[in-house]
Amino acid sequence: MTGSAPPADASSDVWDDACLIAALVAIDPAGLGGVSLRGGAGPARDRWLAGFRQGLSADTPVRRAPLNIPDDRLLGGLDLAASLSMGRAVAQRGLLVDCDGGVAILAMAERIETGIAGRIAAVLDQAEVTIEREGLTQRWPASFGVVALDEGIEPDERPPAALLERLAFRIDLNGVRPETSFDDFPDAEDVAQAKDTLAAQRQAPDWVVEALCTAASKCGVSSPRGTLLALRAAAVHAALNGRLEIAVDDLAAAARLVLAPRATRSPDQEASSQPQPEPQSAPEAGPETDAQQSAEPPQAQAEAPETKDPGPDLSNTTPPSDIAVAAVQAALPQDLKAGGLLAVPARSAPSRARGEGGGVISARRGRPLGSRPGVLRPGDRLDLPQTLRTAAPWQRLRRQALGLLDALTPANDATRIRVRPEDFRIRRFIQPSQSTTVFVVDASGSAALNRLGEAKGAVELLLAKAYVSRTRVALIAFAGANAEVLLAPTRSLTRAKRQLSDLAGGGGTPLASAIDAALALALSERSKDRAPRLVFLTDGRANLGRGGVPGRPLAEAQALEAAAQVRNAGVASVFMDTSPRPQPNGDRFALAMGGLYAPLPYVDASAVFSLVDSLGPARGVGGVRGAA
Amino acid sequence: MRPEPTPLRVSAAEPAKEMSSPAPKRSRQAFPFSALVGQDEMKRALLIAAVDPSIGGVMVFGDRGSGKSTAVRGLAALLPRLAAVKGCAFHCDPVSDAGRCAADCAACAEALAGQGVIELIDTPVVDLPLGATEDRVVGALDLEHALTRGEKRFEPGLLARAHRGFLYIDEVNLLEDHLVDLLLDVAASGENLVEREGLSVRHPARFVLIGSGNPEEGELRPQLLDRFGLSVDVHTPSILADRIEVVRRRDAFDRDRSAFTAAWMADEAAIREQIVAARERLPQVETPDEVLEAGSRLCMTVGADGLRGELTILRASRAVAALKGSTVVSIDDVREIAPMALRHRLRRNPLDEGGSAARIERAIAELFGA
Repeated sequence: MTGSAPPADASSDVWDDACLIAALVAIDPAGLGGVSLRGGAGPARDRWLAGFRQGLSADTPVRRAPLNIPDDRLLGGLDLAASLSMGRAVAQRGLLVDCDGGVAILAMAERIETGIAGRIAAVLDQAEVTIEREGLTQRWPASFGVVALDEGIEPDERPPAALLERLAFRIDLNGVRPETSFDDFPDAEDVAQAKDTLAAQRQAPDWVVEALCTAASKCGVSSPRGTLLALRAAAVHAALNGRLEIAVDDLAAAARLVLAPRATRSPDQEASSQPQPEPQSAPEAGPETDAQQSAEPPQAQAEAPETKDPGPDLSNTTPPSDIAVAAVQAALPQDLKAGGLLAVPARSAPSRARGEGGGVISARRGRPLGSRPGVLRPGDRLDLPQTLRTAAPWQRLRRQALGLLDALTPANDATRIRVRPEDFRIRRFIQPSQSTTVFVVDASGSAALNRLGEAKGAVELLLAKAYVSRTRVALIAFAGANAEVLLAPTRSLTRAKRQLSDLAGGGGTPLASAIDAALALALSERSKDRAPRLVFLTDGRANLGRGGVPGRPLAEAQALEAAAQVRNAGVASVFMDTSPRPQPNGDRFALAMGGLYAPLPYVDASAVFSLVDSLGPARGVGGVRGAA
Repeated sequence: MRPEPTPLRVSAAEPAKEMSSPAPKRSRQAFPFSALVGQDEMKRALLIAAVDPSIGGVMVFGDRGSGKSTAVRGLAALLPRLAAVKGCAFHCDPVSDAGRCAADCAACAEALAGQGVIELIDTPVVDLPLGATEDRVVGALDLEHALTRGEKRFEPGLLARAHRGFLYIDEVNLLEDHLVDLLLDVAASGENLVEREGLSVRHPARFVLIGSGNPEEGELRPQLLDRFGLSVDVHTPSILADRIEVVRRRDAFDRDRSAFTAAWMADEAAIREQIVAARERLPQVETPDEVLEAGSRLCMTVGADGLRGELTILRASRAVAALKGSTVVSIDDVREIAPMALRHRLRRNPLDEGGSAARIERAIAELFGA
């Protein structure tokens, strides 16, 4: 988005689609998974939610889940009060169970932890809630749709990919002014009628399946879930229009609403920019696999000939797959249409596994993350309510074991609560302040000649290390006119690996631009409460100034100036000199940055390790942030 | 000082059957395993684990929507039924002595004396739900009993339920680390020890651990990865015809589960028979010396440390030979299973473009010819 408000007609188009999506989700919330509604709280969102609810019958449950709701509220758990008073284990249903047959509204969905998103995704997949918690084993049916309220602003602030992938639709209400448009929300009666029509529909004809698969594959929608949701959306759209059979209009609507937001490339650039991936290791032709392959499903073979007709009314017009592709094409975001290959974020945001999988779990600081059984050590904080809760059911047993239940026991002894060490629940916190290691790799000609390979080797070791300690890594490479962020901060080694291996050397050394880019990235990480560390791998022979201006003296002066800013910002750094032999230049830069200097030839692998490790997230000269 | 484990007691007054927590019935029909399109390596790995549970578990990495969970859940319906001692909380094997529960389990004692009742049960495939608490995983005291009668009674957890079967964890990377460690420990030792309220229970828990996860959402610690026997990578199909077939079958299944399942019954039965036959054949499968040597050389070439890789190659190639109906392991069998047996044991090399799989392929081509 380039600042200016979208023209009114674009806004009303978005609003029309938003109304349509409200109708579709109201008809089949569970089948479509739901919708991600992007945009801050405001009149547009309120209006949409009100319009959406108008389509739901009065008895449809709608529950709103607060951000990072605990498991016992989300899924269910032991109802301790009821259990104690009734003398038997009483289960308490979670919010998702209450949503059965209706809709769950997730507040601030862009901040939902991956762990919670995973739980919701599992329930969406299984259409039931299974708990194995607190001495209870329970299973409840729970099929519902999700309305995820995404208040993200930055492109990478979005609901977790696992969740987004299971919701058919995405609406972006930013810049939409519903007051200028006509509201076309369905009423409950339309919805009820469409539900009946949907139930009476038969399996989707093959031409629809083929058209959607073709369109999905041309636009780089790789997960079959996207296509399946599009297929479902086509069926629901047909039902909304009173059709028992999917028509071309339904196909186009499904392609526009479901496939377009998932597209990772424009269909017409398919051939040029993304060669069809090679078929994954062609199946070995073992006798057994052959047999399996040829044992084609009986019913698929039988059905193929009869259902192959490409739709009655289209035999000599545009093939349906082209219609689907065109519908996607028309709805693609501008940057995709312009031929740019959409970066990964459109499909799956860079890894943001927070929650149990990542983050720094701490005993003292950070956001509360429930509690777990454990030995109480100095510095730990006891979760007293949880501990008492754990101890409560066993009181009778314990008193009995101590022989305290007979009539002779003094009253206060009999009623005293007996807490044992195994009841202890220790509070845990997750520290938002994680570290991000930014590798700034010199890929210039001189570095390539010298030791780009070794630099890559060093980065490899550091990556492995970052991988083990589960910190984030980012990669900036510089050569030629500028420095480029090859990899935004991620925890995915797979992606870091891929980027690094593609790195080729050549060109000048724009060191100043590289330091600028690294600092910008470091500061942006810091604003997200992650402690940045910069690791430079270069020979320090700057010969290009900012903007690609040649000249060694200028380049060096600018680089030194940029380095001083790193020092001022208090960002921890290490300067690994990759030149054949140590030279004063490198030392000068390290000094200017207030960082460590490590001449690579003399530093072996394990030393590299400990060096970066010693760069605690907070060790910088200048403004020190956070505590060690 | 740890108290000597008290074996689980079953009083005569209570029917032993009540001991086991009621395993919830599989409520929804699962997508048939045989109806999965492609994904041969994943299917093969799961079948190998079904034939030889000692393989040490399977880890499935893959893109979203590539059918990881579907395959594992579908496996449950395929597995042959097991003979089990009726009334034993751990559904012990009435014949084999290995992995039997405590000696004074009344039901097992009777069975050993030849008087017990033997029943056929479904092979357990236990789905570990996210958010499961430790007490339900390892087992704990029966809450209801403590509340109502003030009695200590052990209530077996998911590990007990998974005994002799499979334990599936979707999204392993979302599971708390201490739970993952615990599961791997039990999976390796085949035994679960619980100490609660002064009660100490030791029971067998032999199961095949199956994990799945998406590497884009954070990776698994290497130490942990190494403990899985096999590791497979799955991708969404890239061929259009396959993708169409995936969508078509899934849609048909969602529309009418019973009819779809019925249509695939014959294929399911064929795979089930294949598993049963392979299990019977497995003890007779021979491994020629040159095949053993080839496996060792392969491990050396790719630099897979430790003996675990070689052992896994040996077991997996035997199982795959048995699945093919052969009684002699061939080099081709080794070639087929080597990637899944070794992929996760190589030292990570972020600079190697093709990743571990390509290194193994190269080594195979070098050693055994193209």
